[in-house]
Amino acid sequence: MKRFAQLFTELDQTTKTLDKIKALVSYFEVAATQDRIWTIAILSHRRPRRTVSAGYLGTWATERAGLPMWLFEESYSVVGDLAETISLVLPEPDERSDETLTFWINFIKSLEPLDIEEKKVKINWAWHRLGGVDRFVFNKLITGGFRVGVSQQLMVKALAKYAGVKENVIAHRLMGNWSPETTTYETLVLTEDTQDISRPYPFYLAYALEGTVEELGDPKEWQAERKWDGIRGQVIVRNGELFVWSRGEELVTDKYPEYAAFLELLPNGTALDGEILPFRDGLPLSFNHLQTRIGRKSITSKLLQEVPVAFVAYDVLEWDGVDVRSWPLTARREKLETLAAAKPHPVLQLSATINFSTWDQLREERTHSRKYRSEGIMLKRKDSIYRDGRRRGDWWKWKIDPFTIDAVMIYAMSGHGRRANLYTDYTFAVWSGDQLVPFTKAYSGLTDEEIREVDRWVKQNTTERFGPVRSVKPELVFEIAFEGIAKSTRHKSGIALRFPRIYRWRKDKVVSEANTLQDLQQLLNTHG
Amino acid sequence: MNLLEFTAKGIYCPAADVYLDPWQPVKKALITHGHSDHARWGHEQYLCTTAAEPIIKHRLQLTDNIQSVAFGEKVMINGVQFSFHPAGHIPGSAQIRVELNGEVWVFSGDYKLQHDGLSEPFEPVKCHAFITESTFGLPVYAWQPQTDVFDEVNRWWRKSQEEGKVAVLAGYALGKSQRILKNVDASLGKIMVHGAIEAVTNIFREQGMVLPPTVRVLSEMKRADFEGALVICPPSAIGSPWLRKFEPFSLGIASGWMGLRGTRRRRGADRGFVLSDHADWRELNQAVSETGAEKVFVTHGYSEIFARWLTEHGLDAREVKTQYEGELSEMAEATAAEDKALET
Repeated sequence: MKRFAQLFTELDQTTKTLDKIKALVSYFEVAATQDRIWTIAILSHRRPRRTVSAGYLGTWATERAGLPMWLFEESYSVVGDLAETISLVLPEPDERSDETLTFWINFIKSLEPLDIEEKKVKINWAWHRLGGVDRFVFNKLITGGFRVGVSQQLMVKALAKYAGVKENVIAHRLMGNWSPETTTYETLVLTEDTQDISRPYPFYLAYALEGTVEELGDPKEWQAERKWDGIRGQVIVRNGELFVWSRGEELVTDKYPEYAAFLELLPNGTALDGEILPFRDGLPLSFNHLQTRIGRKSITSKLLQEVPVAFVAYDVLEWDGVDVRSWPLTARREKLETLAAAKPHPVLQLSATINFSTWDQLREERTHSRKYRSEGIMLKRKDSIYRDGRRRGDWWKWKIDPFTIDAVMIYAMSGHGRRANLYTDYTFAVWSGDQLVPFTKAYSGLTDEEIREVDRWVKQNTTERFGPVRSVKPELVFEIAFEGIAKSTRHKSGIALRFPRIYRWRKDKVVSEANTLQDLQQLLNTHG
Repeated sequence: MNLLEFTAKGIYCPAADVYLDPWQPVKKALITHGHSDHARWGHEQYLCTTAAEPIIKHRLQLTDNIQSVAFGEKVMINGVQFSFHPAGHIPGSAQIRVELNGEVWVFSGDYKLQHDGLSEPFEPVKCHAFITESTFGLPVYAWQPQTDVFDEVNRWWRKSQEEGKVAVLAGYALGKSQRILKNVDASLGKIMVHGAIEAVTNIFREQGMVLPPTVRVLSEMKRADFEGALVICPPSAIGSPWLRKFEPFSLGIASGWMGLRGTRRRRGADRGFVLSDHADWRELNQAVSETGAEKVFVTHGYSEIFARWLTEHGLDAREVKTQYEGELSEMAEATAAEDKALET
């Protein structure tokens, strides 16, 4: 555990990619094989099942530290991380453990069948042997949410370097369904594994276009499509079985029963990249509709009828059982079009390409994005291969400018994680007559400098406190940007925004100059 | 009428007609220490400790409207007895004891109990009413012994040297920087400081404080001049173009806020050293208990929470709103004099 805790500390202490890779490689070099694969699993968000609820952990730690529960709660709201709060309030341990990471993971798993009193005894035993970072890491292993600023891409780089295997091969091997309980480091990383027929390909992600579109060169070398606002996904048919993966590497086959049709539409050995999108009468529905599908455990036939979901296909990654990611885009596109034309079906929509011969024409097309319920345009170089992870150069997203509205900050709440202990989450209101009506929350968008300034202002201009929330003098005006607007019965204002964020702090505006609820309703009528 | 009252201008003693660390201009102000949220500009008369006087004079550019007294020396103002007692926060920092007709109040300003090897150690003062800060008034704040922290700093400096990086350590100019100078292993290499820090440090040296030699960073210096050095700068230099000349460097921050992982990561530093000049949770509780006070007023920090905790332990404690900012202001501090120093 000490060595893993040291790795954790090293990763946490630097923001530089090269240092992180170095830390990972030197960890892989000395770690026991079993610890090594658990580390890979944890860093790719495959932690062991939770065997103790977070609520109990908090209570037991509070008891052990001799504090009242309310004080623990207050501390938690400042620290913003349960595992960290627990390790900070607990008294120093009497002994120091030197068991391995795998020992502690097995320890956590062994709690599963125990009753709650037995669990408490075991957890206290662990707390009594672990101090400092070890204790924090142990708590994190139970509660989850291990964010150490190690992206999948970064770990792939480190592992590739350590194992001497190409990065794209490693990236692919780490995808899909695996667990340290069912595979070994050798099988996962070092051997060509054909066991897992569900294994998806790493997604190729684009950056936002920087500079002007003219800088991309000859328009003839580029393919343009609408940028759809759904859930990026991969549909795979192998051995007569269907697998649907979301970008978060979650297997979501059961959530979209209409996709069962793919078993008829796609031959064995096919993998498509595309967008999971609610689709009716030839047009996508808003993201709000999709959200009604995402959260549900059981999908009723009524819901299926109201919010039918299609797959808008972008690309083909596997054809006839062969990985075709190295083919140029035009060749892959041709296959995709043949496939869609062979057996037309509403569930398989082709992401149409946009006809254009000059950048100005495309610029004009982009202004119609909202009409298509799209977020803008995707640009892909026609000869590009399908790469892995987020990369610059061959693919770009060219989004439309967001809607914006000036609003007044009325509540502030402290953030979590990196923003714990700072008032960073704000609620905004617009005018309705002489009343300020809250209509959205927004977090991101300010610089660290501005956040500190607002934080200080909040602390000095609080009118009331309820738990972690403060109501503040209505005085600060912010420009709020958002991508979409929809009717909502859950909100007092009657509207819900898509991706609201703070665009800029309007220090030049006074409260009376903020927008009104009517302005929002106007937007709803034209774009909702 | 209370001996001390909390007014819009600051903490006020009506019997003596003086203010303690007021935040709006007043006729007579008693000042605990030189940090900008306690020693403000614009009062007609200032009174502080002899040890704190040179700094306050320098920062507020005062000439003849400041007077000072030794620690423990009694001063009578309109029949009220005042005295200054070490607060252990920074060199020269004081708590102010106020007595009238046998009733004693103590205003602690900012304080810490751990000895830093530099400041006059905190002195518990018995009183009926105690006004305490609560900057780190939560049980999650528990400082490690200072020697452990400086072992870490020394290790980091050595590691930076091995990697060919300049070790840049941010800590506020008044107090923290000198504490670093005093306790870091100066045999490891050259210690260089930002102009704002050099100015304050020299004032302390003139007062007789023994600190290792420092070299002021000048704009004409080249990267080679910084090889293997530890550079101490104020937090306001983080993210400024001033830092570029040290590339490649490793950035450390010394502050109590570094005790939380979220803050550490937010500041974008390579290393966070948990080093505070304020009392942690245990010290706050110890300080309050040692005063024997029955009435406690809790100012800046987690005031509401700490007051509630004290109330549950049988004290008459309440939260008081002030404009003191504790370590927050020290993180962002830049007085006029230091801004000037930044330019050159």
